[in-house]
Amino acid sequence: MPNSKLKKLTPVQQEYQLVALKRMPKRKIARNCLRAFLTGGLICVIGQGIQQAMIRWGGFAKENAGDPTVAILIILSVLLTALGLYDKLGQWAGAGSAVPVTGFANSMASAAIEHRSEGLVLGVGANMFKLAGSVIVFGTTAAFFVGIIRFILTWKG
Amino acid sequence: MLKGYQSWVFREKPVIVSTAAVVGPFEGRGPLGNDFDIVHGDSRIGQDSWEKAERTLLEEAASIAIERAGLTQEQVQFYIGGDLMNQITSSSYAARTLTIPYLGVFGACSTSMESLALASYLVSTGGAKFALAGTCSHNSTAERQFRYPTEYGSQKPPTAQYTVTGAGAAVVSLSGSGPRVAAATIGRVVDMGIKDPFNMGAAMAPAAVDTITAHFRDLQVGPDHYDLIVTGDLAKVGHAIASDLLDKHNIPMHKTRFKDCGMMIYDYENQMVQAGGSGCGCSAAVTYGHLIRKVRSGELRRVLVVATGSLHSPVSLQQSESIPCIAHAVAIEASPEPEKED
Repeated sequence: MPNSKLKKLTPVQQEYQLVALKRMPKRKIARNCLRAFLTGGLICVIGQGIQQAMIRWGGFAKENAGDPTVAILIILSVLLTALGLYDKLGQWAGAGSAVPVTGFANSMASAAIEHRSEGLVLGVGANMFKLAGSVIVFGTTAAFFVGIIRFILTWKG
Repeated sequence: MLKGYQSWVFREKPVIVSTAAVVGPFEGRGPLGNDFDIVHGDSRIGQDSWEKAERTLLEEAASIAIERAGLTQEQVQFYIGGDLMNQITSSSYAARTLTIPYLGVFGACSTSMESLALASYLVSTGGAKFALAGTCSHNSTAERQFRYPTEYGSQKPPTAQYTVTGAGAAVVSLSGSGPRVAAATIGRVVDMGIKDPFNMGAAMAPAAVDTITAHFRDLQVGPDHYDLIVTGDLAKVGHAIASDLLDKHNIPMHKTRFKDCGMMIYDYENQMVQAGGSGCGCSAAVTYGHLIRKVRSGELRRVLVVATGSLHSPVSLQQSESIPCIAHAVAIEASPEPEKED
């Protein structure tokens, strides 16, 4: 625990946190990194495979072969989520299965399944972006500023 | 009645006339599977939402307990219960079905012993002839309310706990035979500054220790007074911390057995539950299913159940508040006259 956090606590609380810390098992970082690398990498390899297949047999150009690839990955992720397998994969793989396309699809699908009991509009519709929403908000905001910087840099050149 | 600062010692000891425990499939596969009255094969319990499933568990546990006591709903004066849901809906909706005058209480996972202590108090003072105490929790409702959607693929840290799908209920009265409630200690809220909802054991351990030491101080007994002392749902991490703290306070816990319901209900080897079980249903199902059986059979004479609860809400945590915790202890004794196993 960082010292800055400890300072806000009372002396008794500080003492307790040090006692408790000894009994808290740590996340296995090296193992998690390795698993994340393998799973994340594997998902990307599968994506690359689908893309190559789309170019070779699907009649797609290199530029737009990404579109069906993303769609297929999303379908696979949603399918695994609905079958109750993606959360188990996530527990094993950690950050590896949170890689953009499949992880994003899982966050939306899981929220949609979860809130189906509250109806289609106020349940599924309103809650689908519960987890993914902040990605979109900050992604759009970041893109806006990057766009302005690019505009300034290329204005007279 | 009042003994010391925060304990009740019952002069006429309320009898736990009957109990019932109903659990989901995952709990049924655990080491205590045979001690539960109903083990459902489907965690939805045939309902169309998790919330309804949770409520059904409680309704079933309550009606089995009432039936087993040889009573009808009309003969039970009060039902005291609560659960983890917002506005304790599971208990209130179950009370709608039961049509028993109802007092809703909230102590998070400590509700099991909070309600039993209050029900015992009611019957001991003549406030009720028969009182029902019950609580429930469901893994999927708790996950979604307190954490993420159940199917969301995030990795849980090793300190995380798995909410028990289960319910437990008990009928308490001054007449009849069965295990008795000898004493109860009402806990204080203790907050040691833990903010991680995936580390509730560490948050709740000091509350359990506070209540255990208060119980010994008020009753002027030591751990050796009990055959078994169980905490509600501290799980591996919290239980280890609680043991350390009790050691630090020079409480000779080695003179008794010190266990945790959250560690007893699951099989760590084969069930992926991280640190262990949690939830109202954890201490309720283990106490009313497993422990009461052992007290009835005479295997245990005196048991102290210390149910622990963390009193945070998802909003309070998002506003970076720490987790306030509480623990309530109830001492259960075997009936003085030997009884037949039912």
